[in-house]
Amino acid sequence: MLRIAIRKRRADFQLDAMIEVPTPGTIALFGRSGCGKTTLVNCIAGLLQADRAFVAIDDFVLEDTDANVRVPVEQRRIGYVFQDARLFPHMSVMANLRYGERRARTGKRFVDFDQVVTLLGLRDLLHRRPHELSGGERQRVALGRALLSQPRLMLLDEPLAALDAPRREEVLPYLERLRDELAIPMVYVSHQFEEVLRLATHVVVMERGAIATQGPIETVSRHAALRAIVGDEAMGAVLNGVIVSRDSSTGLAAVQIGAGTIQAHLPEAVPGAHVRVQLLARDLILATHPVEGVSVRNMLAGTIVRIEPEDRGTELVEVDIGNGALAVARLTCAASVALGLHVQMPIWVLVKAVSIQGHAFRAPAA
Amino acid sequence: MLSPAELDAVRLSLSIAARSVIVSLPLAIVVAWLLVRGRLRGRVLLDAIVHLPLVLPPVVVGYVLLLLFGVRGPIGQWLDQAFGIRLVFTSSGAALATAVMTFPLMVRAIRLSLESVDPGLEDAARTLGAGAWDRFFSITLPLMVPGILAGVVTAFAAGLGEFGAVITFVSNVPGETRTLPLALYTALQTPGGEALAARLASISFALGLCGLLIAEFLARRMRRMLGR
Repeated sequence: MLRIAIRKRRADFQLDAMIEVPTPGTIALFGRSGCGKTTLVNCIAGLLQADRAFVAIDDFVLEDTDANVRVPVEQRRIGYVFQDARLFPHMSVMANLRYGERRARTGKRFVDFDQVVTLLGLRDLLHRRPHELSGGERQRVALGRALLSQPRLMLLDEPLAALDAPRREEVLPYLERLRDELAIPMVYVSHQFEEVLRLATHVVVMERGAIATQGPIETVSRHAALRAIVGDEAMGAVLNGVIVSRDSSTGLAAVQIGAGTIQAHLPEAVPGAHVRVQLLARDLILATHPVEGVSVRNMLAGTIVRIEPEDRGTELVEVDIGNGALAVARLTCAASVALGLHVQMPIWVLVKAVSIQGHAFRAPAA
Repeated sequence: MLSPAELDAVRLSLSIAARSVIVSLPLAIVVAWLLVRGRLRGRVLLDAIVHLPLVLPPVVVGYVLLLLFGVRGPIGQWLDQAFGIRLVFTSSGAALATAVMTFPLMVRAIRLSLESVDPGLEDAARTLGAGAWDRFFSITLPLMVPGILAGVVTAFAAGLGEFGAVITFVSNVPGETRTLPLALYTALQTPGGEALAARLASISFALGLCGLLIAEFLARRMRRMLGR
């Protein structure tokens, strides 16, 4: 269990955060820049002194201001990956990686050098110097350096923010492997929802120093606070699915979502794999009867559980599609009235297979 | 090519400059650290005191040293009685005078290099388990090396030519305190010494030029190593 309670007065806001999540797992701190994410992470690391703090990983208390406990930064064993990597410029990649490893007390090792080098694909970089690396390579080395310090907790402060999209794509799979193969709790700070979607097991949405909402991504993805940050266009329920089968000639996979199955173009899917699918609210179509003669291949049967009016003549319709899965569709009020939508009404949700492309990711290992 | 007296002067200059650099380097690093990172209240005053030798007439510095370190001066008397060390009229005294005069140059260079060290790197080292001294010796100091080298070379080159403070404090003793500039001055005061003076001046030129070239060469290598 990772327990964090931190209060800190800053010039422009008051940081006030309480988080309690099981370990290991990946907690995403999500919010606009300047909402206090980095301040929170620095307080956890001990680089900033909080006004009041309680930080504990399992039974180990890192800081408890009420009991006058404050473990010095260098003894906290927290692997911190900074946005700007902060590799030591006067050392080779190898020496950078060994820096924390050498200072980690022996006897508590759970990752070794070769394992990290292989996991992060660093073999060919070992004898280079930091200035000879690309941005993505630098972040991978920084990740490795932090891991080798045998941390109890990893803090990743927007490690991809300084990278362009192709470089981000290059590092993200490594982060997914880290999450799935090593049992180290991670706190991942981001203002890119896609990263959260791909990595998080627990999402904390922050706004002006306070926690607006937190919980599993499926719940948080439907929350208004998140919508306010990602924007209406990017709003969409996140659902868990399982690949049932895949046709290798077409690349179309059958994904079970809720009580139904949808066809989606997922060329790399493996049957049995868990996936996380985001169904964008504006992409979904609702029908009162099963329809024929349309190109849309996927129809999920469900029941309307909630209708929430928005202020632009649109409304969000929440549909229970079975097994506790909820989809959210955005329609115009006019369409809603014409169909006579109301809560408890049975309904069909139509999903275009192509609209899932780029919105389906490997789910965290359970 | 060079007479024994000339060789003596060159040798003395080199050894006095080297000793002055060795003595002042650790102190210069400490002072630079206090000026950049120290949270002491008298920082402005410390800064001013360090820079005083740059603006004072060297003779004044020599005179103050004489007052303090002379055989009857408070520190000089103690050194003499406790350790039998006499600074006046000795090459050690010349090294001390040179160290005081070149101290501001050294501190300035080291300070600049310390200011360019990103404290974020020290934070990173801290999260990786490095304590304060460990961080200083493994991160901060190595990153200051370009500035330290620049400071050392400049102070050394300048120290070769220190005149006013040396002649005031330790006088002009052949073979003991008669460095290049003092030998040059003596030659000029001696009838028919023009040729010798010209030779000594050329040697000074050559040494100074070498020093500056070495400084530039080292700075480039360092920059390349750190990828700047």
